[in-house]
Amino acid sequence: MTVSTPTVPAPPAPAGAVGRGRGHRNPRTAELGLLVLAMLVVAGFAAAVELQLLETLSGTFWVPAAVLAVLFLVAHIALRILAPFADPVLLPAVALLNGVGVAFLRRLDLATSDPTQLSTQEPVFSGDGGRQLIWTLVAVVGAVAVLAVVRDHRSISRYAWTLGLVGLILMILPGLLPASISASEFDESAKLWIRIGPFSIQPGEFAKLALLCFFAYYLVRKREVLSLAGKRLLGLDFPRGRDLGPVVVVWLLSLMVLLLLSDLGMSLLYLGMFVAMLYIATERASWLIIGVLLFSGGTLLAYLLGHAVGGPFANFSQRVDVWLDPFLDPFGSSLQPLQALLGLGTGGLFGTGPGAGSPTEVPEVQNDFIFAGLGEEIGLFGLTAMLVVLLLLVTRGIKAGLAVRDSFGKLLAGGLAFTLGLQIFVILGGVTGLIPLTGLTTPFMSAGGSALMANWVLVALLLRISDAARRPANPPVGAAGGDRP
Amino acid sequence: MNAPLRRIGILVMVLFGLLFANLNWVQAYKADEYRTSEYNTGRVQVAEYRRERGPILVGRDAIVAAVSEETDGRLRFRRTYPEEERWAHVVGYKPVLIGPAGLEQAENDFLAGNADQFFVDRIWDLFGGPSVGGTIQTTLSRPAQQTAYELLRDATDKGAVVALDPRTGAVQAMVSAPSFDPNPLASHDTGAAAAAYAELSEDEDKPLLNRAVSERFPPGSVFKVIDTAAALQAGMGPDTELVGGAEYTPETGGPIGNAPGVVCPGEITLEQSLVVSCNTAFSRLAAEELGAAALQESAAGFGFGDDELTVGRPDGGGIPVATSVTGDLQREDGQDDPPTVAQSAIGQASVAMTPLQGALLAATVANGGVQMQPYLVEQLQDADLRPVYRAEPAELRRPLPAEAAETLRDMMVGVVTGGTGGNAAISGAVVGGKTGTAETGGDGADHGWFVGFAIVDGEPVSAVAVLLENAGSGGSSEAARIAGQVLQAAIGDQGSG
Repeated sequence: MTVSTPTVPAPPAPAGAVGRGRGHRNPRTAELGLLVLAMLVVAGFAAAVELQLLETLSGTFWVPAAVLAVLFLVAHIALRILAPFADPVLLPAVALLNGVGVAFLRRLDLATSDPTQLSTQEPVFSGDGGRQLIWTLVAVVGAVAVLAVVRDHRSISRYAWTLGLVGLILMILPGLLPASISASEFDESAKLWIRIGPFSIQPGEFAKLALLCFFAYYLVRKREVLSLAGKRLLGLDFPRGRDLGPVVVVWLLSLMVLLLLSDLGMSLLYLGMFVAMLYIATERASWLIIGVLLFSGGTLLAYLLGHAVGGPFANFSQRVDVWLDPFLDPFGSSLQPLQALLGLGTGGLFGTGPGAGSPTEVPEVQNDFIFAGLGEEIGLFGLTAMLVVLLLLVTRGIKAGLAVRDSFGKLLAGGLAFTLGLQIFVILGGVTGLIPLTGLTTPFMSAGGSALMANWVLVALLLRISDAARRPANPPVGAAGGDRP
Repeated sequence: MNAPLRRIGILVMVLFGLLFANLNWVQAYKADEYRTSEYNTGRVQVAEYRRERGPILVGRDAIVAAVSEETDGRLRFRRTYPEEERWAHVVGYKPVLIGPAGLEQAENDFLAGNADQFFVDRIWDLFGGPSVGGTIQTTLSRPAQQTAYELLRDATDKGAVVALDPRTGAVQAMVSAPSFDPNPLASHDTGAAAAAYAELSEDEDKPLLNRAVSERFPPGSVFKVIDTAAALQAGMGPDTELVGGAEYTPETGGPIGNAPGVVCPGEITLEQSLVVSCNTAFSRLAAEELGAAALQESAAGFGFGDDELTVGRPDGGGIPVATSVTGDLQREDGQDDPPTVAQSAIGQASVAMTPLQGALLAATVANGGVQMQPYLVEQLQDADLRPVYRAEPAELRRPLPAEAAETLRDMMVGVVTGGTGGNAAISGAVVGGKTGTAETGGDGADHGWFVGFAIVDGEPVSAVAVLLENAGSGGSSEAARIAGQVLQAAIGDQGSG
């Protein structure tokens, strides 16, 4: 099988008419409108924050929103050229999330912990918010570069083995490096970083994408073998024993991530990502069950071992205990999750209003807990809106997978979208007390350049696939750069 | 591959549905529990200090006793108490981290603007509108309070004064000594506030304690008013002959004598016993004629044993008042214990009452046997100063028929005109009352008491209780003098308006 050839033959024009009915309407126009709306929301948020915290509207409140608007406008123009048929919802949705993230980080910069002091204005490019603004610039440029280089998503599969190897190395690397380089600033036990001088990156964020591309390639090739039925049990076809190899390898890898890096979140993400893709590729529900069983068995074991022998498992056991009882150690191990819950509860239905809450009561709220901090100020209604935008992003990704014609594209889009969805579930579930807390960033919102860049690359890939999916079935030659609908 | 992909899509929606359901659980169902959690003080504070807390006003000319001043800090309003020590116990304090006290605590919801009346304001709040809490106009009289505060401060280290209007129950003065300045406690420098609080808490004289309502003291001879009420109820009259003498020894008990200087003949009328404060006559009367039950019933009639009394609004709430008690007067077999009854009749043994209870006792006698619910809150005003609540005086209990009350009142006037309470006499009013000197059991000097009332033109205008803790000999006459001055001030305040 030639990798670059679609495994599904191109359907006849009427059947695959994804672009049908849209031919006369340019999706990019809708995108532009939505982008303007998103940036207005960000500017409004920034204004409300300043009115609350500074009690006056500084002359520069609109600057971050304007910088972002220009940036996303550039991305929008790039899409007109590089991917004219791409889903018009993806970019505005990400722009809104990223923009609110920047505005909220800036709001945290303005907050003071000293009750006798009023906040003072900060320069636009300083603090976490300013850094995030710069990172957004880098990430959007990166995403446009990916779109420019990857003109056809199928070309990725040519580098699948390279990406797989790079992904593996990136994934394991921090675990092998000494803690002085790799340990997290805030959580000594988790080793997620590579720090060199003033620069630090979280390779795991990129490893995730590289491995995903590899899985998509590998599973498309192996799907026939993997879907051969072995034993039938409880109405489900289980795979043959010898075909369990790859899933066991990935399971062991994810357990290694758990032990070596003390990173339950990533471990869960890798396994979930692989199992879901395996399921999509083989259409065998038994893979899902095997995956769930392996993961539950693994985590249960880790929990029990954590209580029995401690060591690398202790961190996880403690998090489960804190999840079961947030009031366990209010000023110690459960301080962060407890304050997150109290903040969410204080926000209630409507929230305290932007700038009017005390999100800094949650230590390190700018990282994993940003959603909880935001929830105190925008309330259940605001968070529900954010949740809808996140869900929109994920379902639009899956939709691209459904519509695209080649198997690799389907699997890649499905994998990317599901991984994004799973990550959102794991971290948001963690900070809102639905599941035990695991360290993952909130996509597009948490402070940090690595995660932002990686997720923008993810969106670039989804845009690329959706462009292929929505392209009219018989496009005019050279339509990739064309301006005709 | 589309079928499993769709199912994965559905799975993601289910996961998001779980997130949404859980958010509802956390932010709606559990919201109140989380908001009011004891670990949520950091957040509550900021929200609380964003809104201007309403002032507490005292006196006829609405002097500000507690007010919020705008700061340029993150906690936007600082609570200040312009008159510092004068209103400290009754107004209380509202620090940032330390628990509040007094009216600041009792009316916190209204002052903070959290009460139901402020629902519309809270909605307005969401849109950034300015909002303030409610204003409290108290019943307190500035001249009465000032007189009480200054005289008490000059007379003793520890003590209390309560004055109220017998006809309504409106509290005119409530002072406890030693007092303190609430301002440092409300400092936004929480470290300094904690240090100030620690210093006050550790002070041996317990300046934070509101002795007027929170502490009970043996009433000594003041309790004879209750004995006399019981005797009147039992059909006796002022002229009923009692057996007095220099000493009375109850069955199975030690002898009881009279205070130095008290002349108590063997044959003495009930009225005269009260006027000269004859221990032996009352101890014998209680132990041998009235009995424990009558004594306890009479005490309960005036409010002893009421463990639900608060002083705030007439219809409930407010600052809790410690329960005044008579203690057990019976032996284990249920029979009266004569020595305890004899001691209790002169306000010793386990009898203990709050100064507020003392004032209520005098007020009830002065008000024809009708006890009114004491209250401090005259009016509540919303942020626009519209009255949203006006106190309606409420009858609390009716321990004495009007006739008996009048008889008792005249007997108590006799105490001031011709007995131990002479120091309480003032011009322009008929003053009645009863002194008390209570042994404290330990090494401490005796407490001096005076409870009394003033009648102007047949109207009972003020009742007062003065307690001088460990004042020693002469304490009760000093208390009577202070009581007279406070009554005078209260009358003057009423007359001027």
